[in-house]
Amino acid sequence: MLTLYGQELRSRLLLGTARYPSPAVLEDAVRSSGTEIVTVSLRRETAGGRQGGAFFELIRALGVNVLPNTAGCHSASEAVLTAKMAREVFATNWIKLEVIGHHDTLQPDVFALVEAARILSAEGFEVFPYTTDDLVVAERLVEAGCKVLMPWCAPIGSAMGPQNVPGLRAIRAQFPDIPLIVDAGIGRPSHATTVMELGFDAVLLNTAVAGAVKPALMASAFARAVEAGREAFEAGMLEPRDFAVPSTPVIGKAVFA
Amino acid sequence: MKLTVNGEDHDLAVTTLAELLAALDFEGDWLATAINGELVHRADRSAHPLNDRDRIEILSPMKGG
Repeated sequence: MLTLYGQELRSRLLLGTARYPSPAVLEDAVRSSGTEIVTVSLRRETAGGRQGGAFFELIRALGVNVLPNTAGCHSASEAVLTAKMAREVFATNWIKLEVIGHHDTLQPDVFALVEAARILSAEGFEVFPYTTDDLVVAERLVEAGCKVLMPWCAPIGSAMGPQNVPGLRAIRAQFPDIPLIVDAGIGRPSHATTVMELGFDAVLLNTAVAGAVKPALMASAFARAVEAGREAFEAGMLEPRDFAVPSTPVIGKAVFA
Repeated sequence: MKLTVNGEDHDLAVTTLAELLAALDFEGDWLATAINGELVHRADRSAHPLNDRDRIEILSPMKGG
């Protein structure tokens, strides 16, 4: 059982709600993923508009936990205000803290991230920081009050999969008691399995499902991939060897010549 | 009074944030509001006075990753 800020969860897959071809497809994908946490955002409502209300109703009807994000924020102060506005709307202390430092790579500004995490933790928020696999930054985030870390495995939306497996292993080894969620860069189920085999606690993805030809089917594939990786981690895997080892016993084999 | 609402300029005869929301036909329990970079809670909107050239943000839930 995964526990994030006191909330017990059976599913180890967190799903984003953006980029689906329609609200109905989103709903199907969420249900077939088995996820218990979806990410959402806040955007300017047009005067007289009801767009946000329709989306809000859809999300509420899903009956899952909501993790609002601060996507698109480029400074600590912007992210802090967005988090406060999200708490007002979604009535949760959870916040997926994103402070973007680079337009093209969407790499987090880890300095502003730590600053915002400290402010928000002090104000009672339960922060899920989108960060890199840098160990020192991770340490600072924990010091700032984060009890969950969400390192990327590749740039957002890139679908490249794990680019730095030794780095991911190191962060897992360094923080054995902190729930670690790989956020961003997952492209296919095998990527999710790989990071779960490394001992990560969960995976957050969006585009890999939303951009599939059949999003609901892909959501189901990811759900199984995440479970397979987790079970493999718990089961204990063989380490690769540079030589062959016969699996069938040699003793007792007939001698014909 | 000259106000900037979600980046657009308006000239409106309103005195509080609640009046502004009504004048621009915003409604619903899913909105979050901020004035000049500070959150204004839902419960404080009718008491919160507006000043000339205030910058108001009105946000609502949207899909996100």
